[in-house]
Amino acid sequence: MQFGIFSVSDITTDPTTGHTPSEAERIKNIVTIAKHAEEVGLDVFALGEHHNEPFFSSSPTTTLAYIAAQTEKLLLSTATTLITTNDPVKIAEDYAMLQHLSDGRVDLMMGRGNTGPVYPWFGKDIRAGIPLAIENYSLLHKLWREHVVDWQGKYRTPLQSFTSTPRPLDEVPPFVWHGSIRSPEIAEQAAFYGDGFFANHIFWPASHTQRMIELYRQRFAHYGHGDPDQAIVGLGGQVFMRKNSQDAVKEFRPYFDNAPVYGHGPSMEDFTRETPLTVGSPQQVIDRTLGFRDYVGDYQRQLFLMDHAGLPLKTVLEQLDILGEEVVPVLRKEFAALKPAHVPDAPTHASLLAKKQAKEEVSA
Amino acid sequence: MKQRTLVVVSAGLSQPSSTRLLADQLSAAAVTAAAERGIELHVRTIELRDLAHDIMNHLLTGFPPVALKEALDAVAGADGLIAVSPIFTASYSGLFKSFFDVVDKDALADKPVLIAATAGTARHSLALEHALRPLFGYLRAVVVPTSVFAASDDWGADSSDGFLQTRIVRGATELATEIDRREPATVADPFALTVSFEDLLK
Repeated sequence: MQFGIFSVSDITTDPTTGHTPSEAERIKNIVTIAKHAEEVGLDVFALGEHHNEPFFSSSPTTTLAYIAAQTEKLLLSTATTLITTNDPVKIAEDYAMLQHLSDGRVDLMMGRGNTGPVYPWFGKDIRAGIPLAIENYSLLHKLWREHVVDWQGKYRTPLQSFTSTPRPLDEVPPFVWHGSIRSPEIAEQAAFYGDGFFANHIFWPASHTQRMIELYRQRFAHYGHGDPDQAIVGLGGQVFMRKNSQDAVKEFRPYFDNAPVYGHGPSMEDFTRETPLTVGSPQQVIDRTLGFRDYVGDYQRQLFLMDHAGLPLKTVLEQLDILGEEVVPVLRKEFAALKPAHVPDAPTHASLLAKKQAKEEVSA
Repeated sequence: MKQRTLVVVSAGLSQPSSTRLLADQLSAAAVTAAAERGIELHVRTIELRDLAHDIMNHLLTGFPPVALKEALDAVAGADGLIAVSPIFTASYSGLFKSFFDVVDKDALADKPVLIAATAGTARHSLALEHALRPLFGYLRAVVVPTSVFAASDDWGADSSDGFLQTRIVRGATELATEIDRREPATVADPFALTVSFEDLLK
């Protein structure tokens, strides 16, 4: 099982000090955070994409390539790549490039985006969000698998004799996850292609995530990719830890109370009860996270939200230390012991390459 | 007897409230009118005061807490709805509007609705027609012709056979008639796929 962190790239004032990091500071910090994720033994770093303030990450491949150059093992991913408003040709090119530079340490998570004006800013219609996600991904999928592409669709200028370069590393396209909070069409899309499905998980009750994952698993099997429990599932999570749970609660409360998205709304206690947010001791985080398996089944990737709501860099790095030293080693062991042999791990470049070579040997 | 459900939404703030009093009279009259048509109405009354924090939290976080989710599901699955608000500053109360702001935009389509309101004096009565009726019109509900307004005076001078009671019975009878004309309400599964992926790809 893979463990990692995902960042929404928000620039938020620290409510306890009033300090708002500059873009320069926050961008350098995210690199430090990603490198530290590798140092503490995490597997994945995923970065969001936004085209509006107060977010800095409009250009994820630049950031991810810079991180790739300074890490050895860390798998670089997105959370999410906007499949609706980006040109699928540019996604194909950018991420194939990143794949080469990072020696295959890259996968992507597709999302539709949640900021209304981004659609018109990029010349798109938000009412066509689902059809855009479907057409654009279908083209992206083709560009990475067919050398010369002739293509015509509704939302982009046609292509005649187009080759996306560079070609995917070893002719193995990056693995793709599809993220959606509430659209069954996206779970269906992930199932159709045999891709992964990632449930944001952190803003919605468990019962909702359970239904979406269940739908994806059933449809994954329907399209002949394996049994429902062999589908590739990822979950978000959100934690804040200190040795003593009361210290965690006390320290995190001002960040919770003022956070973008849920700040000034429900109490931290309500939100902790109704969503996967866990604020407490490392053991509480371990217990809660193991409990996710009870309602989504054996899954392949767990990402935690760590660097948000104005938390200072020092605190984020301490959280990563706790995660890497005390939480993830236990989770790895416990999840591995529970997982039946026929449930696959999340695909990586190495595993996809091995699969491709095995297939070629059979046909040769 | 046919079995149908009636959900009553009361946005009264005080406890006890005259809004709830009116809501209870309307639901009792609806039960009687429905029984005359061979329908057993199962009534569920939702006091929005109990859900006030949940409603605001839903607006802020984008998802309903458990108790609110259950109330929203009850509204969506109801065969008929009675919606009663106090009139504040020329319109429905903010709490009443906020609740219907988080009701799914399709949940009330073709659902029979009886609207009612309370206020200190009868001068506020047209708020039912210029505020509540268009709100439910937007939600594509079938709002029955009679709306029921109760000013403070109505609780005194008009006894049980007075004007208020006449309006209550008329509105409740119209609601029961609309419920009777329809098949039981069905709720669309938000996780159901309505088109095949092959069609979406075309």
